[in-house]
Amino acid sequence: MLTQLTLAEIVDKLAKKEVSAREVTEAALARIDEVEDAVKAFVTQTRDAALSKAAQIDAKRLNGEEVGPLAGVPMALKDNICTKGVRTTCSSKLLNNFIPPYDATVAELLDEAGSILLGKTNMDEFAMGSSTENSAFFTTCNPWDLESVPGGSSGGSAAAVAADEVFFALGSDTAGSVRQPAAFCGVVGLKPTYGRISRYGLIPFASSLDQIGIFTKDVRDCALVMNVIAKHDPRDSTSVNQATPDYINFLDGNVKGLKIAIPKEYFVEGINAEVKANIHKAIAVLESLGAVAEEISLPHSEFGIPAYYVIAPAEASSNLARFDGVQYGFQAEADSLQELYENTRGAGFGPEVKRRIILGTYALSAENYEAYYVKAQKVRTLIREDFEKAFAKYDIILTPTTLAPAFKQGAVKDLVSMYLNDICTVPTNLAGLPAISVPCGFVDGLPVGLQLIGKPFAEGTILRVAYAYEQNSGLPKRKPALRAKGGTVDE
Amino acid sequence: MKIDKKDVARIAGLAMLKLSEAEAEQYAEELSVVLSYIKKLDHIDTKDILPTAHILSQQNVFREDETHQCLPREEALANAPETEDGMFRVPRVIE
Repeated sequence: MLTQLTLAEIVDKLAKKEVSAREVTEAALARIDEVEDAVKAFVTQTRDAALSKAAQIDAKRLNGEEVGPLAGVPMALKDNICTKGVRTTCSSKLLNNFIPPYDATVAELLDEAGSILLGKTNMDEFAMGSSTENSAFFTTCNPWDLESVPGGSSGGSAAAVAADEVFFALGSDTAGSVRQPAAFCGVVGLKPTYGRISRYGLIPFASSLDQIGIFTKDVRDCALVMNVIAKHDPRDSTSVNQATPDYINFLDGNVKGLKIAIPKEYFVEGINAEVKANIHKAIAVLESLGAVAEEISLPHSEFGIPAYYVIAPAEASSNLARFDGVQYGFQAEADSLQELYENTRGAGFGPEVKRRIILGTYALSAENYEAYYVKAQKVRTLIREDFEKAFAKYDIILTPTTLAPAFKQGAVKDLVSMYLNDICTVPTNLAGLPAISVPCGFVDGLPVGLQLIGKPFAEGTILRVAYAYEQNSGLPKRKPALRAKGGTVDE
Repeated sequence: MKIDKKDVARIAGLAMLKLSEAEAEQYAEELSVVLSYIKKLDHIDTKDILPTAHILSQQNVFREDETHQCLPREEALANAPETEDGMFRVPRVIE
């Protein structure tokens, strides 16, 4: 089946003209027809535009014209990445009818590279959540168990790749929103260094933490997408002007002498015993290839989540002030301007967004600013310094991506438990570091993820280690059967 | 750490969020729990630690002071719920 191929494989087939862009796009659309009722990954599909773009690519190829490195490959974008002329909702009622007048830089780069947008994927509203249950529209289902969540906030993108609806997808990661769903759905998820990928056109949540990330079926595919979107962009002043290497060059499988740090704080309280066993097996695989692993301490790890729940809501309360019902989106009935703002925001935002705006406004208010906001920023310094000390001696830090596999929809009821989903992933956002989640086996039929954290701009190193592990893990290649009690059946 | 529904209503007012009585009550209860959890930060001594607002070392990013093409007015207005004479229309502000 065409849709089961990796991005690298389909690029190769397209280049050799063994298959046309139209055939690949039709196959992906047929796959969406087959599984989307069960998975519910997409908020919006762009079928007609996809087919006409495919026809253009085929015509160019036929005429011997230059086509981009991803020409003819179907993909999806998280619904907080602006796409010109294509509805972009952030899975919020407030932006239900918003049609961006411009493309995000990543959308533009992927378009120029010839990839074909099949649609926009579901997410937790404004990227606030870990399960897609905070989407104002519907909850996406985990392809490995339709009753479980796909993770979040980029759950739609992760599920779409896991279910072979697209060959790759983009998401955004503020605390783990790419890596946690990648782990839950059994795909590769990369959050690059803060500043590596332009955020221009990414609807902001917490600007000092947000970074666009990549979902792919394997590590090589991830390097291929990085080669296209990791570019300096003058339109994003936090985009770093640093040369981008060819990430494929790092995929040589050589980790001999590589120093791996295993922070003990990530293996205590609450970790699922089988998840822990899988991570230790992964460490053994890397050691067998000549890497050296040692236990270390990152003493401030446990303060990542509380610091995050001050900093991120504070930034969000300011960023989301733009949604006032005047320039775009939903507008409520009102007799005065103030009422227009209050009613629009009161009726347009869902509960989690309101909670975080209130929390952030509270933390930034004059009487709490020092005790909460400045305090959290100081803790952020300590977390960053923990990593700096570790990276003075080690090349990479290895942890689980999550403490347990995906949970059932509706199962996590209290907020702090839900927030703790990001416990292993949030410190890297606070420190701005690159990190990847790679599948490392299954627990009770659900995928588990291994997280590799690198030094700033060392995406090449983490891809190298991830690739070496993936090639030598000995794990069987599995696809979700998309079965649940009375659910749909695949194959 | 506890906040009550009056606190929540006041903060929501600052953030221009209309909440129902029931919402204010619910959020007060939930956010009290979250704030208690956040208070965990007080266990760390942060005397003499400088705050991190942003992880990049780059300071100001300058560009040439040139004009570029910007969004045409009609495109900028295309998503607006209400417009008039090429402008965003809102309820009367000055009585």
